[in-house]
Amino acid sequence: MTSPDTTAKANWSLLFLCWLLASMSTLGSLFFSEIMQFAPCILCWYQRIFLFPLVFIFTTGLFSGDKSVTRYALPLAVAGWLVALYHNLLYAGIIPESIQPCSRGVSCTEDYISLFGFLTIPMLSLLSFSTILALLLILNRRFSR
Amino acid sequence: MKKQIIIFSGIFLILLFVLGGYIYKNQQAKKIGFLAQEHVEIFLRPHSPTLGSDKAKVYLVEFMDPACETCKSFHPFVKKLLAENPDKIKLVLRYAPFHDGADYFVKILEAAKKQDKYWETLEVMYQSQHYWASHHNPQPELIWLFLPGAALDLEKLKNDMNDPAIERIITQDLADAKALNVTKTPGFFVNGKPLVTFGDTELRQLLEAEIAAQYPR
Repeated sequence: MTSPDTTAKANWSLLFLCWLLASMSTLGSLFFSEIMQFAPCILCWYQRIFLFPLVFIFTTGLFSGDKSVTRYALPLAVAGWLVALYHNLLYAGIIPESIQPCSRGVSCTEDYISLFGFLTIPMLSLLSFSTILALLLILNRRFSR
Repeated sequence: MKKQIIIFSGIFLILLFVLGGYIYKNQQAKKIGFLAQEHVEIFLRPHSPTLGSDKAKVYLVEFMDPACETCKSFHPFVKKLLAENPDKIKLVLRYAPFHDGADYFVKILEAAKKQDKYWETLEVMYQSQHYWASHHNPQPELIWLFLPGAALDLEKLKNDMNDPAIERIITQDLADAKALNVTKTPGFFVNGKPLVTFGDTELRQLLEAEIAAQYPR
């Protein structure tokens, strides 16, 4: 077994990675809406609701070293991941347009950008939420050990 | 040590954000400036209503929505800017009817243009806007109570509103608005240069800079 000190360091780094991802995603999403002036659709707003607070929860967790940070962050990450998954299914046309909740305002299937041909904004969100969720699950197991 | 890592990473990310925003806005302004030289028609279509002298060298293009409150409150300011610089500025109105049902009012305006009452009708429309354009309870038909104020032939107006040419004007203007990345109204361009930060002082500065460039002392 590794020494408690190195375990703590590794845990901190994992949490730091979560924080970094959440912060980059938050600023990225703000860049799209505030600088590039892409109006966020309703589904994007729900994902943002679950994403933005993660930055603050992770920051507090990093400073305080409180292990229950995963318990507070996991529900947000799961909820955000589910919305992001739904959004991507909608975007890919797997769920038909007719049952999408946003018929007014900005369409959730509006194509704004696609980097390298496949990285759309909803895809970026799903990747970010998936990674954060995976890291949190790993951290949760390490903490409960 | 850990605290420093977080603080430095945070500051770094925010700086990156600000820098990225600065670079992006600069690039957009350059791109639209380039568009202005290559495609003048995207700013000024033959159908676009204009106000001001034909000799004017400064074109103020405004993408507007008759149901937009900010367009309404900005209108007197725009007219003041025109009055302060006689024969130097030409106002071009373009439609960006983003509000639900705003097309209806564009149709009234365009029909009024056929009676040479365009600007009078716009005045009446803006002045009565709070009656018919309430956000929770829009009542477009109320506009008809106010239109007589512009001395219009209302029967002719109703007929002219159905002209399919008006539909095409709206489609064209919306397409140009999209190409120029106008997502909010009013959207201003001065000789093709976009008003990047919205505000009356900013608009005045942009106009005065362009006037100074076009009319050297």
